[in-house]
Amino acid sequence: MKEFFHRKIERNAIGFVLAIVGVASIGGLVEIAPLFTIHETVEEAPDMRLYTPLELAGRNIYIREGCYACHSQMIRTLRDEVERYGPYSLAVESKYDHPMLWGSKRTGPDLARLGGKYSDAWHVAHLMNPRDVVPESVMPRYGWLKRNALRIDDLGEHLAAQRDVGVPYTDAMIENAVADARGQANPDGPEAGGVAERYGEATNVRAFDGNPGTLTEMDALVAYLQIVGQLTQAAHQETAAKEE
Amino acid sequence: MVTGLTVSERHMALFVLGALALAGLAMAVGGRGDPLAVHGYIVLAFSLGLGFVVLSALFAPEPPESRLSEYYDDPTRVGIILSLAWAVAGMFVGVWVAALLAWPELTFVDSAWASFGRLRPVHTSGVIFGFGGNALIATSFHVLQRTSRARLPDQFSPWFVLIGYNLFCLIAASGYLIGVTQSKEYAEPEWYADIWLVIVWVAYFVLYIRTLQRRKEPHIYVANWYYMAFILVVAVLHIVNNLAVPVTFGHAKSYSLFSGVQDAMTQWWYGHNAVAFFLTSGFLGMMYYYLPKRAGRPIFSYRLSIISFWGITFMYMWAGAHHLHYTALPQWVQTLGMTFSLVLLVPSWASAGNALATLNGAWHKVRDDATLRFMMVAAVFYGLSTFEGSFMAIRAVNSLSHYTDWTVGHVHAGALGWVAMITFGSLYALVPWMWKTERMYSPRLIELHFWLALAGTVVYVFAMWNSGIIQGLMWRTYNDSGTLAYSFIDSLVAMHPYYIARAFGGLLFLTGAVVCCVNVAMTIRMARHARKAEAGGDVPLYGQAGAAQAGE
Repeated sequence: MKEFFHRKIERNAIGFVLAIVGVASIGGLVEIAPLFTIHETVEEAPDMRLYTPLELAGRNIYIREGCYACHSQMIRTLRDEVERYGPYSLAVESKYDHPMLWGSKRTGPDLARLGGKYSDAWHVAHLMNPRDVVPESVMPRYGWLKRNALRIDDLGEHLAAQRDVGVPYTDAMIENAVADARGQANPDGPEAGGVAERYGEATNVRAFDGNPGTLTEMDALVAYLQIVGQLTQAAHQETAAKEE
Repeated sequence: MVTGLTVSERHMALFVLGALALAGLAMAVGGRGDPLAVHGYIVLAFSLGLGFVVLSALFAPEPPESRLSEYYDDPTRVGIILSLAWAVAGMFVGVWVAALLAWPELTFVDSAWASFGRLRPVHTSGVIFGFGGNALIATSFHVLQRTSRARLPDQFSPWFVLIGYNLFCLIAASGYLIGVTQSKEYAEPEWYADIWLVIVWVAYFVLYIRTLQRRKEPHIYVANWYYMAFILVVAVLHIVNNLAVPVTFGHAKSYSLFSGVQDAMTQWWYGHNAVAFFLTSGFLGMMYYYLPKRAGRPIFSYRLSIISFWGITFMYMWAGAHHLHYTALPQWVQTLGMTFSLVLLVPSWASAGNALATLNGAWHKVRDDATLRFMMVAAVFYGLSTFEGSFMAIRAVNSLSHYTDWTVGHVHAGALGWVAMITFGSLYALVPWMWKTERMYSPRLIELHFWLALAGTVVYVFAMWNSGIIQGLMWRTYNDSGTLAYSFIDSLVAMHPYYIARAFGGLLFLTGAVVCCVNVAMTIRMARHARKAEAGGDVPLYGQAGAAQAGE
């Protein structure tokens, strides 16, 4: 009976096409669509701040160089991971991450709690030649980051595109994107004050690559690495609450 | 080859290439100061170069009417060659990045393009999309015509699909080297390449359906079900996962529409089903045609084919969540993903078992014929890696295996053992048919390739099993005082010997692919030398039909 039924489908190309699309669509619809509607999927984090233009540019360099291929940014809810890296990752922490960088492989360690763990100088030295600070490392060198001037003229457009996909950047943030990028890496310059004003007092305003005069890709990447896992303290609070 | 096109098809080709050149020019002008401009120039050079090829034969006479009583195989022939070229390039970069993990300075130090992070997607896209994709397109054109007993409806659209697809691969691979990537694994190409692939893919689908509608067989053969599932579902996955907003139309960079947990789920729904519908479904289509053909036996069970086809099409789409066990993805989704991953073993083994049972009565051929042995071993590896996949999807197992080299080993058991082996087996069967020779230039070279490929796969997979499990155990080992016993760098140091072994296994496999290229090149030369031979043995209605459907 069933076989007869299938013999009929096999004679109708369009019917077969529709059957394939129908049968294949169910899984995705059931698993993905509710993630957008079920409220508990992403926690609340009122203290969550946005990436500054410089950090966003750094994140784009992280993507460009393929760092995600060897470093995850997702600490799982397993004892050894929490003890090795820090509080497990919450969904809200990557709420503004278009795309997410959870990763799938740890050739190097997880980076979800990297922000604030090392000094800027350590990061610069490590990126210039990882084996200078970790002799056994197999990470590539990234010398060009220090040589390449960071492209900043289009950062306003980047922020505007981020707003289009749902990140709540304000008009002031978009207008001042270029100045804020310069200001964040030049603490003594005239543009430094606006960064804290727009992104919060806790924002790192430093000459990340050690040279306040020029804005390099190294500035941007280090600024990003120093904020990974620091946009909200929700993960630390959740762990503390569980321990009580 | 251009002379085989009708005059109006040549005009059509020129028109499309002209439009493409204009698009390239627009990208080059609009994307000044951005990597987009580089891609604009590549598109421009690509379309102008091909334009000259078409122009050079523009005024040649119309091809003879007799062509309509034969199958149209020129695109398949070119597709085979492109596939092998991508195989060697992609596997070479694979061996290179493998070596970089053992010896990190083995590169052009301080050249951005030659760093691990940029080379790695060149390897993955090169082998999956370049090698695998071209092999799928080339064989699908061949299988489609034979099992439908109908010629492709026109001669322009198969070229559009094949060449357009390779332009996509070229944009993808060159993009990674200059730093253009979305960072979504196996979906790295940026928005403009994605849009182009949608256009190519729609043309592919339309071509497939048009040919099926012209078929002179009442039933659509199993292989075509799989090729159709491959085309359709890859389209759905590609479009949904690549939804993004470009910074401006003058920027290569875009921001994906989804973020965080929704993006992660969409990405691994895509990622796992790229494995399912690109690397499994399409290649099962290949297997269902070339294996019974080569063995001279009908498919063992028609019912098993139906069960495995619909099982795979339905269940794979649920399985992606097993990439996100213990993460911030809600647990109910993880549980669904794991459950379906386990049940998925049933249709997977139904397919593998169906293939192996088909060989009953032909085992002496498996012994003597390395081509058939390639296909047999592929079916075995398909069974093994689907079992391993279901096993690794169990949450408790995944807590150890995830993030380690075990995953890499699993992927390569499938990619080398299953995908590449079924492809090489199919190509060795197909090349003599396509170039009208009695056999491949050298059966002994096929034999050599077989053993290189098998040894390479086994060395690779064992190295990664060892390193992955050691890694996973070291990360979770506690000492007597209750603290973690090993630092991360301890685990990295422990990987070193396995990383060398892995690079060696990959080198063996690459060598095998080079041997294959030599053999194919010599076969083509042999065919050229003996061109005089028979014409017309390969005719739609009266020629040999495809493998008989089982159960009839």
